[in-house]
Amino acid sequence: MAEKVLIQAIREAMLEEMHRDPSVFLMGEDVAARGGVFLATEGFLDEFGEQRVIDTPLAEASIVGVAVGAALNGMRPIAEIQFSDFIWPVVNQLTGEAARIRYGTNGTVGCPLVVRAPYGGGVRGGLYHSQSPEGFFFHTPGLKVLCPATPYDAKGLLKAAIRDDDPCLFLEHKRTYRQARGDVPDEDYTIPIGVADIKRAGNMITVVSYGLMMHYSLQAAEILQQEGISVEVVDLRSVKPIDRDTVVSSVTKTGKVLIVHEDNLTGGVGSEVAAIIAEDAFTELDAPIKRLCGPDVPAMGFAPTLEDAFMPNPEKIAASLRELAAY
Amino acid sequence: MTKKTTNDPNSHATNRPPELSDSDLLKMYYQMILSRRLSERWIMLNRQGKSAIGIASEGHEAAGLGAAWAMNPEKDFFFFYYRDLAGQVALGVTAEEALRGFLAKTGPFSGGRQFPFHGAYPEYRIYNTSNVVGANMTHAVGAALSAKIRNEDSVVICSFGDGGTSQGEWHESLNFAGVHRLPVIFLCENNKFAISVPQKHQMAIASVATRAEGYGFPGVSIDGSDVIEVYQTIQEAHKRARNGEGPTLVEARVERLKPHTTDDDDRRYRTPAEMEEALKKDPLPLFRDKLISWDILTEETDANYREKAQQEVNDATDAGEAAPYPDPSTLLDHLYAPVKES
Repeated sequence: MAEKVLIQAIREAMLEEMHRDPSVFLMGEDVAARGGVFLATEGFLDEFGEQRVIDTPLAEASIVGVAVGAALNGMRPIAEIQFSDFIWPVVNQLTGEAARIRYGTNGTVGCPLVVRAPYGGGVRGGLYHSQSPEGFFFHTPGLKVLCPATPYDAKGLLKAAIRDDDPCLFLEHKRTYRQARGDVPDEDYTIPIGVADIKRAGNMITVVSYGLMMHYSLQAAEILQQEGISVEVVDLRSVKPIDRDTVVSSVTKTGKVLIVHEDNLTGGVGSEVAAIIAEDAFTELDAPIKRLCGPDVPAMGFAPTLEDAFMPNPEKIAASLRELAAY
Repeated sequence: MTKKTTNDPNSHATNRPPELSDSDLLKMYYQMILSRRLSERWIMLNRQGKSAIGIASEGHEAAGLGAAWAMNPEKDFFFFYYRDLAGQVALGVTAEEALRGFLAKTGPFSGGRQFPFHGAYPEYRIYNTSNVVGANMTHAVGAALSAKIRNEDSVVICSFGDGGTSQGEWHESLNFAGVHRLPVIFLCENNKFAISVPQKHQMAIASVATRAEGYGFPGVSIDGSDVIEVYQTIQEAHKRARNGEGPTLVEARVERLKPHTTDDDDRRYRTPAEMEEALKKDPLPLFRDKLISWDILTEETDANYREKAQQEVNDATDAGEAAPYPDPSTLLDHLYAPVKES
């Protein structure tokens, strides 16, 4: 067991899976000689050769489309979209094609594919390097969408995604790459897709979150603890499939819930979490369901003032929690 | 590639391929008749209210059929255009399986979940046909990439229409395949119309084949109504692919002898004179005449084949109509793979 940052966990997961299974290969922009713009695949070209570490032309739709075709022939491609902001040309390949292949062939053909994409703001990335795209893909039956927050979860979930027989969108928050630290076991392990994790136990308010916001929620919970308010933090880890049971049982325990994500408010993952709670835990609620999310604007500002105004942070989360506590 | 790039509409393969026996050629001919009868039946079932949509393949038969015969059905991959019924038949898809598809009954490809021949038939190595035209081309390239990574001796063929060549993913696919010299054959069945939009509004060039140069591999334009010419051209492209020489773009010039689908009325955009002219490129009588001129086919055999194909389609229609629809209880099946014990 050693402490690692999240990008190291991602790198190790791919490295180990490529050693374990010759059908796993990598493709994307700058993944070979450059080792990826975040160095997630540094050294892979030397280790596995250009047959399995492929620098692609700068054309996102075909990065994923070609990966889909390889998956049809039993390969397990890991396709990297350099920034999730560039994923829009891929929407048809992911939602219109990959997600429907198993269903559309009546179970005859599967599409074991992982699309990795760094996402999220707080990095002064402006419009094209800060987006959170999960809400769009979260809506798609046939896809799995994973948003791990910690190095341990990132490694275990990425391995699970690579071994999974269906298409997985694996979203890595850029700000967690070198800031999220944690113990990662040396031995092989996976984390089941679709299972949330309670990252902090509490009994007065539940926070449901994932990704960078999960870390901010933990910080806020710490602040609230000093004010005598006990907060439970549920880390969804997988936003699709979503772990209804863990959400519902936590809310049943606390009676109050704050949903926090960086993606836009409307139609986001939080909307579904709210619906689940309304359906399955309505009578357990002691306060209206509250959401703290990115505002419904199309872009995170490049200017620090605008970006800071967009992003939820520990202080904003703490303020929302205080409101809930006082209800 | 020794075959010259040609736009000569009179170019015809007149030489009989020596490796095809009389019985091979007669089998090809029968498959072409059968596919024509199936297409006609599909349209009829639509008019009877039994099939929600009919997509005629009349005029395109030589392209898919000739291509399928030039490939290796044991090893190769097929990503077909939706007008390639004849190619499906050549690979072994039965009349009953086709009828089940027309009638949205249980069966191969998709079990009634998609339009006929959409989905996959892995036993015949037939994979995804997308109605987002061009979207399955990247899949064809991916299958070729996987064959290369695994050192498999497989070639991929992907067919599409002239409209498909306008898609961004069409260009991305050719570029990717060119960069990696992948064993893939791109077959454009250019019938000059994307539903109603004529070629001049689709591209500013006369021949799709000329685009290949921009991707670093050869392109040829051939008479796609001549099944032998298609066969020989795809055979050469196949050899190139297996020799590691990379992709080939083949433009097979064909005529669409019917409207786009049963939901289209081509009288809105094609003149009777134009349709009359198009009939001259009907691949069925052209193949028939060729086989007769080669002393392989007789009038009597021809008549027998037509009768036999009609009977086969009639029997298949009965079987298709008797086959069950998918059970509504299966609606949620196959969303994800079954959970594995780890």
